[in-house]
Amino acid sequence: MASTLAEKVWEAHVVRRVAGEPDLLYIDLHLVHEVTSPQAFDGLRLAGRPVRRPDLTLATEDHNVPTQNIDLPIADPVSRIQVDTLRANCAEFGVPLHSLGDTEQGIVHVVGPQLGLTQPGMTVVCGDSHTSTHGAFGALAFGIGTSEVEHVLATQTLPLTPFRTMAVTVEGQLAPGVTAKDLILAVIARIGTGGGQGYVIEYRGEAIRSLSMEARMTVCNMSIEAGARAGMIAPDNTTFDYLAGRPRAPKGADWDAAVDAWSSLRTDDDATFDHEVVIDATGLTPFVTWGTNPGQGLPLSASVPDPAAIADEQERSAAERALEYMGLVPGTPLREVAVDTVFLGSCTNGRIEDLRAAADVLRGRRVSDGVRVLVVPGSVRVRLQAEAEGLDTVFTDSGAEWRNAGCSMCLGMNPDQLAPGERSASTSNRNFEGRQGKGGRTHLVSPLVAAATAVTGHLSSPADLPALEEMS
Amino acid sequence: MEPITSHTGRAVALRRSNVDTDQIIPAVYLKRVTRSGFEDGLFAAWRKDPDFVLNRPEARGATVLVAGQDFGTGSSREHAVWALRDFGFRVIVSSRFADIFRGNAGKGGLVVAAIAQEHVEALWSAIESDPTTKVTVDLESRTVSWSGTSVPFALDDYTRWRLMEGLDDVDLTLRHEDLVSEFESHRPLHLPRTV
Ligand code: SF4
Repeated sequence: MASTLAEKVWEAHVVRRVAGEPDLLYIDLHLVHEVTSPQAFDGLRLAGRPVRRPDLTLATEDHNVPTQNIDLPIADPVSRIQVDTLRANCAEFGVPLHSLGDTEQGIVHVVGPQLGLTQPGMTVVCGDSHTSTHGAFGALAFGIGTSEVEHVLATQTLPLTPFRTMAVTVEGQLAPGVTAKDLILAVIARIGTGGGQGYVIEYRGEAIRSLSMEARMTVCNMSIEAGARAGMIAPDNTTFDYLAGRPRAPKGADWDAAVDAWSSLRTDDDATFDHEVVIDATGLTPFVTWGTNPGQGLPLSASVPDPAAIADEQERSAAERALEYMGLVPGTPLREVAVDTVFLGSCTNGRIEDLRAAADVLRGRRVSDGVRVLVVPGSVRVRLQAEAEGLDTVFTDSGAEWRNAGCSMCLGMNPDQLAPGERSASTSNRNFEGRQGKGGRTHLVSPLVAAATAVTGHLSSPADLPALEEMS
Repeated sequence: MEPITSHTGRAVALRRSNVDTDQIIPAVYLKRVTRSGFEDGLFAAWRKDPDFVLNRPEARGATVLVAGQDFGTGSSREHAVWALRDFGFRVIVSSRFADIFRGNAGKGGLVVAAIAQEHVEALWSAIESDPTTKVTVDLESRTVSWSGTSVPFALDDYTRWRLMEGLDDVDLTLRHEDLVSEFESHRPLHLPRTV
């Protein structure tokens, strides 16, 4: 029977299938971090169970870690306890861990792919909703809750009922200066934050095929913001080229066997999806959010919407509440919205390409007076690579802060936070109330928009900046 | 988990609907690293009020919570179930439960019994007029009974079986450990390992 990519990966992992019960699915890779794992390990301990496959499990410290003075003890007692607990649990249960200070430490969704651990056709889980990132490789990757983390640790499997399938086909090509982030923000604005509920989204079409691996990860990362369980992109040469030579990628004869297997991982021509959406890439421009959920976004060239013009009552009142929280007046051009902080980082946009793109904008320019700019690499490897390319100097010369790896200001769980009422342009994935710190106001943007905004002090794209020659 | 076939205990009438998981256990309690000891967080905001039902002397030792419609809405936190269990509740009765909460309850060995709203009202009155009223929730017959009244509740066969056998998800899967090992013996060699 013709099947979709998601269905093929699912079928290849069924350990047990009985009518009327969930399928028992094998998990190829389980990523662990300090926030959602303590109770899972505690559950194992209470029941006297071991971790079944420590060799398919990898832990890293990311959500709570500071991005400055990382050689000092973590100041916040709760954060310190979570990190210390992870270290003790990994030691007790034999799970490999990349701790703060280790060259492989970083955000869990940056670390897996860069080690070559995330490969096409795998099932990947983590107690974190942005696990969807790994779907960029054609893996079926999704976030799970704490008791599921315990279940995977104990059994390396999960009982699951099949997800529905959705195709998001992006036709045409993105214009120069329009990024994967703009694309996914536009997709979410189109299908809504609940539009993907219960679905695995497969992104396809010409624009997707042309994206680099890192850009594909940005797209899949935010699938969850449309409510989807997972996002996937069929593997192709871009995928194989990215994987070749990575520390955990197959070598020699194994590599050939792997590429052979991976090449068949695509949706059959006559397969059908439960739902299909088509988007034209050619008309897209830089996209930013104005509200308090990732679906409340508009092109940068637009103005803050007027809730009175929204027909749907629920949406109208949501928009009213959002504007009040965001401190925005309807009709204000988005380009006139001034920010206090720019955050460049996170599992959405904290990879080397993102940093390169931002550095290209900032090179030879100065950050606007009074704007705080945090550049936070997604992993230690990304930091080292950026430093080898001299990007750190580009950032610091422009007046931005160059930090150590971690989730940082993506969420208010570590020292990097917005103060109440502060406004940011952020390359992260969630603009919920208080997400970046109590009372903080977040505009989600691409790395290019973040960098241009850092220069002007208000939401901008690189096209808004005067050319460098004219400046001197 | 201990198996549960029938449970009898004193009950508390929580006359509120839409009790969401933020009320059941506020977010500040989620930073804990243990799996037990969440009883202090249960309804933490409401318990600041000395007149809140759970603060009354007659509520001590109650094991059945009878709440208004749409219990357990909001965030999917499993801590809500843990907090109710740690506090001593074994059964929650309401006329409707949020889906995710219902699922989490089944995993955590907490019985959720959905009965008609008119029966909830009758049960509330019975508890309030006599706080020593014993309420029995019987999984075998799928009934909630008190003072001579007995009403049915819906519970799917699978969840009922699990509760009656005292099986958590991990126990259930470990029954098929041979299948897992068999699957592992055929995994392609090119798949990565973390060590
Ligand atoms: S960077 Fe943000 S979204 Fe990504 S894992 Fe960290 S906290 Fe979650």
